[in-house]
Amino acid sequence: MNPNKKRLRRSMMFLNCQKPGLIKDPYIYRPDSIMLDLEDAVAEGEKDAARYSLYHALQEIDYRGVERIVRINGLDTPHWREDVRVCVAGGADAIRIPKVESAEDVKRIEAAVAEDEVAFGKEPGSMLLMAALESAMGVMKALDICEASERLFGIALSGGDYTKDLQTVITGGGVELAGARQHMIIAARATKVQCFDTVYTNLDDMEGFKKEVEMIKMMGFDGKSLVNPRQISIVHDVYTPTEKEIIFSEKVVKEIDEKKAQGIGVFTVDGKMIDIAFYDGAKRVLELAKASGVYKGDM
Amino acid sequence: MINKAGRDIPDEILKETGKEAFQGIYYKNKTEYIKHGPVTRVLMDNESSKLVDTIHDVLVKCGIKDGMTVSFHHHFREGDLVVNMVMEEIHKMGIKDITICASSLGKAHDPLVPMIEDGTITNIQSSGVRGKIGEAISHGKLKGLATMRSHGGRVRALLTGETVVDIAFIGAPTCDDYGNCRGIGGKSDCGVLSYSVVDSNHANKVVAITDCLVPFPNFPAHIEMTRVDYVCVVDAIGQPEKIATGAAKPTTDVRKQMMADYCTKFVTNAPYFKNGFSYQTGVGGASIASTISLTKIMEEKGIKMGFGVGGLTKPMCDLLDKGLVNCLLDTQDFDLDAVESVKNQKHFRISAGMYANPFNKGAFVNKLDYVILAALEVDVNFNCNVVVGSDGIITGAQGGHPDTAAGAKCTIVISPLLQGRIPAICTDVTTVTTPGESVDVVITDYGVAINPLRQDLIEAMKDVEGIPFCTIEELRDMAYAIVGEPQKVEFGDRVVGIIESRDGTIMDVVREIKPFSFAE
Repeated sequence: MNPNKKRLRRSMMFLNCQKPGLIKDPYIYRPDSIMLDLEDAVAEGEKDAARYSLYHALQEIDYRGVERIVRINGLDTPHWREDVRVCVAGGADAIRIPKVESAEDVKRIEAAVAEDEVAFGKEPGSMLLMAALESAMGVMKALDICEASERLFGIALSGGDYTKDLQTVITGGGVELAGARQHMIIAARATKVQCFDTVYTNLDDMEGFKKEVEMIKMMGFDGKSLVNPRQISIVHDVYTPTEKEIIFSEKVVKEIDEKKAQGIGVFTVDGKMIDIAFYDGAKRVLELAKASGVYKGDM
Repeated sequence: MINKAGRDIPDEILKETGKEAFQGIYYKNKTEYIKHGPVTRVLMDNESSKLVDTIHDVLVKCGIKDGMTVSFHHHFREGDLVVNMVMEEIHKMGIKDITICASSLGKAHDPLVPMIEDGTITNIQSSGVRGKIGEAISHGKLKGLATMRSHGGRVRALLTGETVVDIAFIGAPTCDDYGNCRGIGGKSDCGVLSYSVVDSNHANKVVAITDCLVPFPNFPAHIEMTRVDYVCVVDAIGQPEKIATGAAKPTTDVRKQMMADYCTKFVTNAPYFKNGFSYQTGVGGASIASTISLTKIMEEKGIKMGFGVGGLTKPMCDLLDKGLVNCLLDTQDFDLDAVESVKNQKHFRISAGMYANPFNKGAFVNKLDYVILAALEVDVNFNCNVVVGSDGIITGAQGGHPDTAAGAKCTIVISPLLQGRIPAICTDVTTVTTPGESVDVVITDYGVAINPLRQDLIEAMKDVEGIPFCTIEELRDMAYAIVGEPQKVEFGDRVVGIIESRDGTIMDVVREIKPFSFAE
C-alpha cells in the first residue's frame, strides 16, 4: 500500500491554478494538503495556461511536505486527459476526480494515471486518487466508489452541486447535507478510506465555520475542504486533541498493553470500563496529537 | 570612506557637508555642545497685534529673501495645505534658493516639483519624501542636496544650529490672536503638534497659520505664544478626511495576521514582557494586528504596559481605555480615535525632542522595551532601508525608525518576505537608513530571524514553539529561490541626497537614478 494513503488530512485548501500569486507559497499557512484547482476556478479559455502554471509550480516549488492534490476537470469535459498527464508529469501527490458517480469513473482515471506513470517514468502506483461526490447518484454509490481502486485514499462531499441535485440549497444548519454526510462517512469507514467534508464559503462567519468543523469532526470526518487560509488554524485547533483526551488515551494504551499480557480483557480507567475495542481509538488520538504538535510522548 | 554600516561615503560629500561618516549608534554619546538660540524680536507693548491678513504680508514682515530656510510640520499628513500655500506665495514673489526643512513631505506636496525645477527650492531637509518630489530628487532635479533625517535627528539639527530656520510655519488647528496653538478644537484637528515644538523654540521667526481663530488664551497650549511672532488666519489649513481617518479595520489578510501572531509570541516570550513594559508600534496592518493580539494576552496574563509612545492609533488608545497602559505619550495621531483620545488625562502630548532627540539629556526612546517597525528592505546584516525603493527612487521616510531602533531594548521589524516580485530580505539594502546593530528581530511571513548580536534573545526563544525561527541568510535564500536575485539598480555618479544618522553623521548617500535601458 502507498504509505501516503493514510496521511493526516485535516485541512485541504483550494487554490486557483490560474493565479501564480496563490500557488507560489501556500505552504506558509501550513495546511495538511493543498487542492490545486484546474476545474471550476479556472475559466474555460484558460485551462491550458492554468495547466502550464501548475506543471511549473509542481516542478519548481518546494511545498515543504504539504500534500499537493490537483482537482482535474470532469470526465464529461475535453480537459481531463491532459490534466492527468500534467499531474503525473509534474509529480503531484494525488488527483481529485470531480463529479464521480460510479466505480467506473474512478477506474477510467486510474487507467490513464497508470499509462502516464509508465510514459513519464514514475513509480507505478505512486499517484493517489480521491473522488468528489457531487450528486445524489454519486452519494448513493459511495461504497462502490470507495472500493473502486487501490489508489483511492478518500471521498469528499461537494455540497454546492449536491444540494442543487437534491433541489435544495445550503442553509448553514446542515440539515440538507445530513444524509449525504452520514452515508459517506459510513461507506468510507466500511472500506477504510478517508472522508472529507465540503467547503464553507461564508468568510464573515468564522463562528459558524467553527461549529460546522466541530460537527463534522464529531461525525467522524477526517478533514474539510477550505477556501481561505484563515480557516486552517480553526480546523487544526478543533482537530487537536485536548490535554485530557491525550492523558486518557495514553492510560488506555498503556493499560491495554499491560492487561493483555496478564490475560485481562476488561478493566477500568478513570472509572470508565475499557476493553480492547478502545485500543485503536486511543492510538488514533495519540497519532493526531503527535501530528498536531501537542504530544511529545513515545506511544 | 567605508562607514560603520559598511557604506561607501564619498570624500567629497564629507568635505562638502562638513560631516563625519557614521561610526556606530552611540558614537556621540555623552558629548557636550551649546544649544543654538534663535533671534528673538521682543514684544513689550500692550497694543501690537500679531494678526497678519495674508501669507504674502506675513512673508514680507518676516523679511523673506533668497537663500532662506523655511520649516513645516507634517501633522496634517496627506491632508496638508500649509506647505503648498506658503511655497506658492514665495514662488509668486520670485524668491529663489529656498531650503525647506520639513518634519516630512508627502504626495500632498507634489505641486512643489515645478518650484524645484525652477530653482525656487534648492535644498530639502525632511524625514523623507514620497510621490513626485521623491522622483524629482532621484532624477537629479534638486540643485542642492536632499537631507533625510529621522524625527530625532531633525531636532538635533535645529538644536545644534546645524540647520538654522529663518521662518517656521506652524499649521495650527486652533490658535488665538497671540499665538497659543493647539492640535484640537478646530476643523482640521490633528491631535498634537509635537514636531513643531522644536521649530517654535529655535526658528528666528515663528508664524502660526490657522483656520480656526479662538478666544485668548487657547490653553493648554502646545505651541506657546511666547515663541510666536505672527498669526495668520486662512480659509483652510488641511483636508480633514486626509489628516486622520477612521480607525483602520483589523486586517483580514492572513499573511499580516500570521506575522502579527509571530510578533506577539515573540514580545510575550521576551524577557521584557512584565508589568510596566514599554512599547511603540506603527500604523501598518501587521503592527495594528499585533497590538490587538498583544492586548488579549495582556488581559489573559494580567500584565500591564507602563507606557506607549510615538504615533498613536485606536488599538493603542484602547489599551488606555481598558486600563492596560499607565499612560500614552503622543507625538502624532494616525486616526480619529487617537485624536479624540488626546482629551484623556493619561494621554500626554510630548515634543519630538522629548520623544527621540539623541542630543538631549535622555529621550523617551531610550526607555523603550519594544518597538515594532516595518521596512522596505532588510539585508543579511540586519540593516534596514525605509527611504529608497528597490527601484532606486526615494519613496519613504525615516520617521522615528532609527531613533526607536537605537533606543529600544528589543527592536522588531516586520516585513513580508516579498514585496510583489522584489525580495524584501536581501544581501545588501539599496540604502541603509537604520543600521543593523540596532535591529534585533526580523519577522516575515516565511520565518523569523534574530540578530546573532542578540544571543540573549536567541537563548530566551530556544524553547518557544509556534515561531518558525531561521537565520536571516535563510530568509534571503528563500526569497531569492522564489523570485531570483534581482540585478542591482543602476545609479549615476551624482549624489542627490544623504541619509543622515540621528547623530548627524552620514549613514549613506542616495545617488541619481540612471535611466533604464536594455542591454544591447
